[in-house]
Order: sequence, then structure tokens, then C-alpha cells
Amino acid sequence: MTRRYPEAESETMTSPETLDSLNRLLGPALKSRTEFRDETTFTIAPENLREAAKFCRDELSFDYLIDISSVDNFGEEPRFEIVYELYSMKLAAHLRFKLAVSEEAGAVDTISDIWPTANWHEREIFDMMGIRFNNHPDLRRILMWDGYPFFPLRKDFPLEGLPSEMPDVAFTEAAPMEGGPFVTMPSTATTKDREPRARPPEL
Amino acid sequence: MPETRPAAYDSKIEGNVVFTRLDAAMNWTRKNSLWPMPMGLACCAIELMATAASRFDIARFGSEVMRFSPRQCDVMIVAGTVTYKMALAVKRIWEQMPEPKWCIAMGACASSGGMYRSYAVLQGIDQLLPVDVYVSGCPPRPEALLEGLMRLQNKIEGERSFVAQKPALVRELDEALA
Repeated sequence: MTRRYPEAESETMTSPETLDSLNRLLGPALKSRTEFRDETTFTIAPENLREAAKFCRDELSFDYLIDISSVDNFGEEPRFEIVYELYSMKLAAHLRFKLAVSEEAGAVDTISDIWPTANWHEREIFDMMGIRFNNHPDLRRILMWDGYPFFPLRKDFPLEGLPSEMPDVAFTEAAPMEGGPFVTMPSTATTKDREPRARPPEL
Repeated sequence: MPETRPAAYDSKIEGNVVFTRLDAAMNWTRKNSLWPMPMGLACCAIELMATAASRFDIARFGSEVMRFSPRQCDVMIVAGTVTYKMALAVKRIWEQMPEPKWCIAMGACASSGGMYRSYAVLQGIDQLLPVDVYVSGCPPRPEALLEGLMRLQNKIEGERSFVAQKPALVRELDEALA
């Protein structure tokens, strides 16, 4: 990892010892902590999200929320997973939070008051995955239109889509798959062999 | 068979009179001043811009007047991916264009949905509007779009514009001549 701020070198805030303060804050609420290539991932309970987020921003100088993403582990319980990717400008270090959301709960607290950029990230997750965010100031769909009845990034939603109709607003139809989906094979073969072709999903 | 009579009425301008069919004259003016509605929605729009710019110079075919108001346009060039969210907006703009109007579907996405066989993309703009010319390519080169435009011009040449435009007047004339 390259450090852009020499003074951060002396503080070595990203060292495991510093993050121990987060460990202590969370206590038994911390489910796991993993290190991979100098990046730390905390798996926490949804109830502790806001507490941990505030602590990371105010005490540990993680001032930049890079992204929030969601994962659908369809068929497993809990079904959904939300990943918060934090970055500290001061320390030039990454930190990741993961939390599991069951389908029944289907909601976590918003952090859009802690990092305003979370507003649209959370709207996108709501739009695509159908996870709600408690106390979000403006939880509307962001990519699809208001009234679209599905959550397209869920694993049980077919790639070709489902028909829907909102008069004068928008409509959708299932796309013809023609033997698809059309997927690229990872290989070192020529472009002709690698190009997307209709391949059954099991291959 | 109507009898032919000498039509010239003034020897001074006699040499400057050209006889033609009304359709041919209308089509000639229409096809050489096709004002495009640039419906640029994706990367095809970049090629559309290149087509309009100096190297390829769509002005050679009378179509340099890109109008951003549909009320002043003759041909809608749908250049790019039409999502379902955009689809009815495209149709609305199409409906605001005055007749006569034509449509060029530029590129794979506008023609058929292209590589986007997905929940979000309309599988070809011809599901919403009548398309006159499809231009293949992803994106098509400017030459391909110019070829498409020339094909559209050929198509316009063969149209029966007067009959299509003024059916009532044609009926009146027919009755008067009968």
C-alpha cells in the first residue's frame, strides 16, 4: 500500500492495534475480523452499524465512504449481505464493514446522516435489491422508476426480465434469450473463441 | 390520355422552365434537406457527432441542421441504447415531430437491443416507432450512417408524397377532372 501522507507513517493508525479500539467498542457484537492484503474487514451486527460508523468517522478518521454494495446469497440464511467500504484520506487506508440482513428483517439503519454520500448508495441498494433503510430521508428508486414492481439484482429475478406495465410511465417485457445468456469464457484463446455466445448457465 | 399543349407562355423565360412530376419535386426537396433529431442515447451518439463534424460532414447530404426541437425535425436518428425508462420519452419526442417524418435506427441497440438482452433495455426501437432504415454496427462508423442516410434518401425518392400528403385535394382534383 502506498502512503501519500508521510506523517501518517508515524501514527500507524491502520495497524491492528489501532483498530483494536474498534474491537473494544463493539465487544461481543463483533462477529469476525479478517485481514487480507493490509485491509481489515469487520463483520458486525446490523444494530451496531451506526455506532461503529460514527466511531470510525470521528475517532479513526475514516472520512470517506467509497461505496456500499449488497450481496444476495440466495438460498442461504441470512439471505442478504451489505458491504461498506471506508477510506481514510489521512491514513490512506481502507476499512470494510460487512453485515448480514435476513429477508424477514429486510432493513438496516441508514448512515446517510453520517456520510451524506450514502444517500444515493442506499437508494440504489433499495432499488436493485429491495433492502430498506430505516430513517433514510428520501428512499425512492434511483435507476428504475417509481412503481416498478421487481428488484432486478436479486438472484431469483431472471436476467431477461419480467413484464410490467405502468401506463404513460414505462413498461417492460421479457427479452428474448435466444438460447442465451450470452457469456464470455475466460481464456487466453483468440477473440473469436472468447466472444460472448449462448451458453447454458451450467457450463 | 390528356392532350398535350405547348405550355410556354413567354419566350424570354421559356428556357428556364422545367417540367417534372409534383411528387418528384417534393421528394427532391425533402430528401436533400433532412433535418435530423439527434436522439443520442449512448456511444452511437459519438459516431453521430463525428458524422456531423468536418471529416465526414453530413452537410454534404443536406442534413447538417441538427435540431434539438422535435418540431423542426424530419428524421429521428435513434443513436444508442433505449432503456425502458427512456422508451416512452423517445416515443413522445417522435410524436412531437411534424409529418412527414422518418426514423433511422442507428446501431445494434436501437435496432434490436444489441448485446443488452436484459430486463432494462427495449429490444429494438421498432417496437415503439416505425423505422425506415436500420444501420448495423456497434457502433456503426460514420460512413455506415451516411450510407443509411443515402438509403433513406432513395426511399424518399420513391414515395408518393402528394397523394399521401393531400388526399382531400387529390380527391377534389380527380372529381373535377372526371
